[in-house]
Amino acid sequence: MLDSFILRAALAGIAVAIAAAPIGCFVVWRRMAYFGDATAHAAILGVAMSLAFSQSVFAGTLVVSVLMAYLVSSLSSREYAMDTLLGVLAHSSLAFGLVAVSFLPGVRIDLNAYLFGDILAVDSTDLIQMWVGAVLVTALLAWRWSALLMVTLNPELAYASGLKPRREQLALTVSLAVIVALAIKVVGVLLITAMLIIPAAAARPLSHTPERMALIAVAIGVFAALSGLLTSFQLDTPTGPTIVCVAAVLFALSNLVYRTRQLLSHWV
Amino acid sequence: MSFLSAGKPVSASSSVPLMQPLDATMKKITVGSDGSMRPLIKATDMSVSHGRTAVLERINFSIQSGEIVTIVGPNGSGKSTMVRALIGAQPLSGGVIDHAKGLRIGYVPQRLQMDQALPMSVRRFFDLPTRIDASALAQVVARIQVKHLLNRQMVDLSGGQFQRVLLARALLNHPHVLILDEATQGLDQQGSAEFYQQIDTVRNEMGCAVLMVSHELHVVMSASDRVICLNGHICCEGAPDVVSSQPEYRALFGTGTLGALALYRHDHDHSHDHPGEHEHEHEHEHEHEHEHEHEHDHSHDHPGDHQHDHQHDHQPDHEERNSNSTLNVPDNLKSAHKGMPD
Repeated sequence: MLDSFILRAALAGIAVAIAAAPIGCFVVWRRMAYFGDATAHAAILGVAMSLAFSQSVFAGTLVVSVLMAYLVSSLSSREYAMDTLLGVLAHSSLAFGLVAVSFLPGVRIDLNAYLFGDILAVDSTDLIQMWVGAVLVTALLAWRWSALLMVTLNPELAYASGLKPRREQLALTVSLAVIVALAIKVVGVLLITAMLIIPAAAARPLSHTPERMALIAVAIGVFAALSGLLTSFQLDTPTGPTIVCVAAVLFALSNLVYRTRQLLSHWV
Repeated sequence: MSFLSAGKPVSASSSVPLMQPLDATMKKITVGSDGSMRPLIKATDMSVSHGRTAVLERINFSIQSGEIVTIVGPNGSGKSTMVRALIGAQPLSGGVIDHAKGLRIGYVPQRLQMDQALPMSVRRFFDLPTRIDASALAQVVARIQVKHLLNRQMVDLSGGQFQRVLLARALLNHPHVLILDEATQGLDQQGSAEFYQQIDTVRNEMGCAVLMVSHELHVVMSASDRVICLNGHICCEGAPDVVSSQPEYRALFGTGTLGALALYRHDHDHSHDHPGEHEHEHEHEHEHEHEHEHEHDHSHDHPGDHQHDHQHDHQPDHEERNSNSTLNVPDNLKSAHKGMPD
């Protein structure tokens, strides 16, 4: 028996998994995990603002995430290491967001829904937004794929090939912000980075080319979303964290398989 | 091959040189509508500063097709910055850089940090950023001897293999100018001599311009048409023998009038007296192993292998190799250079 809200939840999970996994690969390759955190945590500020001005939560989080992503991608400092700066931004934007939400007059909102996601509450408008966003982000990434790989590998080689690394990076930054705005209902701001990096990291031991890694990451992400959804339904657990748990188990499994195979090949 | 003019048949027969010359496109981008020669890359009053520190000051530079230009200079003299600026990777604080329209640059960086997180086979690396035509790939991998590495992961390559792969990739898009930034760093003397010999051969066959940064003065002096001595600004510039007799050059490198040769001899003796000989031996064995694989793969395809093996049989006779590469500088290129306006 497939209730329509389960079906909507499944479709939402698939959309986010498909869009997040390839971007997640770049997050892993470019060591941008903190970057993802900063962008995602800023989204809670976006939630507060959209509620304050009675705008759609999707639009509010999208705007704030894009601004934050752009801000952190243009950061540079001599005094602090990059991860320090990103850590400051990630956690302070989360704190400011939470404080801002508490100021909202007369609004009783379920903070948990934004922090950990509320996939079962996805309605058809959300679903359309998610799929349009996922398709756009995936198309943008597919279009710039080779250029982005080149830039990730070595910016100077990219310049020599006539590419503009900053422009390519902007594509990635915007995509990341869109993913955050899409995923907030599915896994919540605290676990968006997990949906980005865990499928990609789980795919790494099984891949020898970047494309294969992205495809396997998509498969792992989709599988985690669907089985996480069903598991949470069975066990009556929060859905977003359950999805991330399944992804984490897959990560452990893929590494286990890889290491066992390596050991065996040494023995034989 | 994609760069050949339409209608010209491409055959894979053995009579075709391993690398197709660049004549057609080179002419198109370097000869102006009035028939005058245009440089491939031209920098006018180029300045670069990091914060308040001026790294390069008012550099004027140009490179023409077929020319081999080498930049020498002490550590921190701005050599790498200059190369980065010329490929467009370094913001300028003053001046302009012009690239000929449609210019293709083959760039071999000083080193490339490969991250274990990014799975990348050599074959996939060659297809970045655009897919490479299969026949072009076959030619280049045979010439640069990287065919046996195609399925290997980039992170698993040794230093010498890595540099060869970078060189092969740089050649795959048929560059009008090949730019090498201390490309032999991390290679032993034998390895770097072989590397430069490969570049020399490639240049002879393709006719591309070569711009190198090097601290190996003996290689520089024997193989360059023009040497630029850099120390934040251009100290002196010209034919190798002219530059090596300049007081500015001698002030920087402290060699006698015999310049390059004296320094080279010193290097040569030094490495033989050095107690770290076993390191060299290890490296040779290593290379031998790969050579073996390589031979195994396709020795019957390419008679050129024999020559390479020959070099391995004779333990490094650098003197011989050095004079060889001097002889290898083609007359047509030298005369072409003379005919160009400065």
